[in-house]
Amino acid sequence: MDFELNEQQQLMRDSAREFAQKRLAFFAREWDETEEMPKSVLAEMAELGYFGMLLPEQYGGLGLDPLSYILALEEISKANAAVEITLSVHNSLACQAIVKYGTEEQKKKYLPRMAKGELIGAYSLSEPDAGTDAGGLKATAVKKGNTFIVNGTKNWVTNAGLAGIFVCFVKTRPDLGREGISALLVEKGAKGFAVGENEEKMGLKCSDTREIYFSDAEVPIGNLLGQEGQGLKIAFSLLNIGRVGVGAQALGIAEAAFEEALKYSKQRTAFGQPIANFQATQFKLADMSTKIEAARMLVYKAALLCENGGNSAADVSMAKVYASEMANWVTNEAVQIHGGYGYVKEYAVERYFRDARVTEIYEGTSEAQKIVISRSILKKG
Amino acid sequence: MYLEKRYNDFRAKVRDFAEREIAPHAARIDKNCEYPRELLQRMGKEGYLGMVVPKEYGGSGFEFLEYIMTVEEFSRVCGSTGITVAAHNGLGCAPIARFGNEAQKKKYLPDVASGKKIASFGLTEPQAGSDSGNTQTFAVKADGGWKITGTKCWITNASLGEIFNLTARTDPNSKGPKGISAFIIERGWKGFSSGKKENKMGLRGSDTAFLHLDDVFCPQENLLGPEGDGFKQFMMTLDTGRIAIGGMALGLAQGALDVAARYAKERHAFGAPISSYQAIQWKLADMATQIEASRHLVYHAARMRDMGLPLVKEASMAKLFASEASNFVTYEAIQILGGSGYSGRFPVERMYRDMKLCEIGEGTSEIQRIVISREVLKGTEKLFGGIVTEKLS
Repeated sequence: MDFELNEQQQLMRDSAREFAQKRLAFFAREWDETEEMPKSVLAEMAELGYFGMLLPEQYGGLGLDPLSYILALEEISKANAAVEITLSVHNSLACQAIVKYGTEEQKKKYLPRMAKGELIGAYSLSEPDAGTDAGGLKATAVKKGNTFIVNGTKNWVTNAGLAGIFVCFVKTRPDLGREGISALLVEKGAKGFAVGENEEKMGLKCSDTREIYFSDAEVPIGNLLGQEGQGLKIAFSLLNIGRVGVGAQALGIAEAAFEEALKYSKQRTAFGQPIANFQATQFKLADMSTKIEAARMLVYKAALLCENGGNSAADVSMAKVYASEMANWVTNEAVQIHGGYGYVKEYAVERYFRDARVTEIYEGTSEAQKIVISRSILKKG
Repeated sequence: MYLEKRYNDFRAKVRDFAEREIAPHAARIDKNCEYPRELLQRMGKEGYLGMVVPKEYGGSGFEFLEYIMTVEEFSRVCGSTGITVAAHNGLGCAPIARFGNEAQKKKYLPDVASGKKIASFGLTEPQAGSDSGNTQTFAVKADGGWKITGTKCWITNASLGEIFNLTARTDPNSKGPKGISAFIIERGWKGFSSGKKENKMGLRGSDTAFLHLDDVFCPQENLLGPEGDGFKQFMMTLDTGRIAIGGMALGLAQGALDVAARYAKERHAFGAPISSYQAIQWKLADMATQIEASRHLVYHAARMRDMGLPLVKEASMAKLFASEASNFVTYEAIQILGGSGYSGRFPVERMYRDMKLCEIGEGTSEIQRIVISREVLKGTEKLFGGIVTEKLS
């Protein structure tokens, strides 16, 4: 086991940290309140290559290895978790969908613009009545000449309001159930396709989350991604790096909360001394730090396994479920250390607490991860 | 939990009011960050604003347990209502009813009990939170009374309230809890003002702000209880206040469980309602068990208050356990609802944000543990007839 980061990984982490702390951290509270992420910051990130982190250089991407990418996401999340998910969904789920399953023509058509951030990507699997049970999705696409006629409603689509390209999972053969699911690349302006209102969420308030609607929408046959009937396999394979990204997000939020709590515990006095002098606080800090470190190991390991192609879904699920539970625990304690101040928006831990909550929900709830993990254990046994 | 019929009847009545009058407004109250006065008036008419005030002073003279059940039922549908009502009754009305003299009771209680005037209290200061004996608000003797200067923070009902019980140091040479006295202060007195509302994670409809006292003249007759007894009185008030926060935590948890159980029956995955899966069933079982245990602790502490027994430890345990249980239950409720639980479409998102205050307000969980451990460490000398003590010496 090698615990050292290589040069590229260190470089990526340091440059992401510098950018994120300088350009994202300061505004996190404001964007949380206004529930908007300025276009200018998206442009700035695009300029720096953050929209093409995993894309091969031939398409204008940075061609990062998975761990470098995960380190960058962690640093961005530490400064602003809502920005992290915007990038994570675009890079892990949308770009990778086309890299891994697109035809050369599709790659040429979309990837260069996606790498530059001119075309932002979204990924749409969930439906109002099909979340954890993704195979139960109901949206349909029926071939008619050179066009798929798509009908249905999908929800919790991150980036929906920003995106120009949506990787959508629909049933092209409803009669085949899970085997009848296919992936389609849907462009924003497609006839019969519409995007709903931004959702009100507990946290990640400046990230964009909406429903999307297909009403006899027309999608060219050429926008089928991969083979017909391969949709669910594609959806889950993309979620591997996606879930490591959520783990990195959780890690970043927890680290930020820990740092705030540590700083506060040294400044705040009670009973004539800093609260860091009290063992109750000290042990909290010790536990927070230990859990963060344990999560870091799981997340980095899962990222490395993604690179070597030897990733098992269980490693990824373990990293995601542990890191997200950890982040909720750590942010809860960070609020406790702050007392009343932790409950108001002047202090960042209030936001970290709300932001952390979703990491146990999206890209597969903790329960979904446990299904994956337990299945893998029982298969081996 | 088993309760005598009259309590069950009482709960049914309160729940009916809460579901009819409060629940439909809960989301709006949270979103607008404003508590509607007309709703307070309606509660006043039903006697919910004078619950701990004796009938002879215009109150409803509820048992303390009934008061706690009301806070629970209101919180079940709306946390902001729970805290607003608890602060008014438990911190605003109760200290006057408990420590006030006849003249003070006659002057203030009828108005607060009817809801004509909203009341609250002020103990915490920017530099005196968990360490509230470190009060930096000073009251200096003046002709016919006191001149009070200082700042109080995290004051519930700060902008709505007209009557405030608050602490100030009357002995300038004292340090810590001694030398602190309590006063009844009226809004409108020169030098008194409340600050801008806090922007909170949850309980956003409840009104939390600073109180500023700049050389406020308070007549001698508004000294509450004997001089120097303020801290002691406020600690006694907090003991009972903590039971109410326990009730609030309990109500939020019950509300979240009710929503989650209903959702689990309706929501289908893999061809069956999610309530048919063991992972969900066990969550519901743990949630319900935590709630039941909380209810026992909270109601037991409330009954002890009704019996006039010392309840420092029991009140702290009730608050500590119920608020941590509520954290667990509201958390799991969100988990059961998945993405819907994180969105504003279902009330559990709000309940989770509201719940977090229960582990902070009226003494953080850390403070409760200090209180409880102190009580545990008391009186261990006679353990096992003194045998253990003998071995140790």
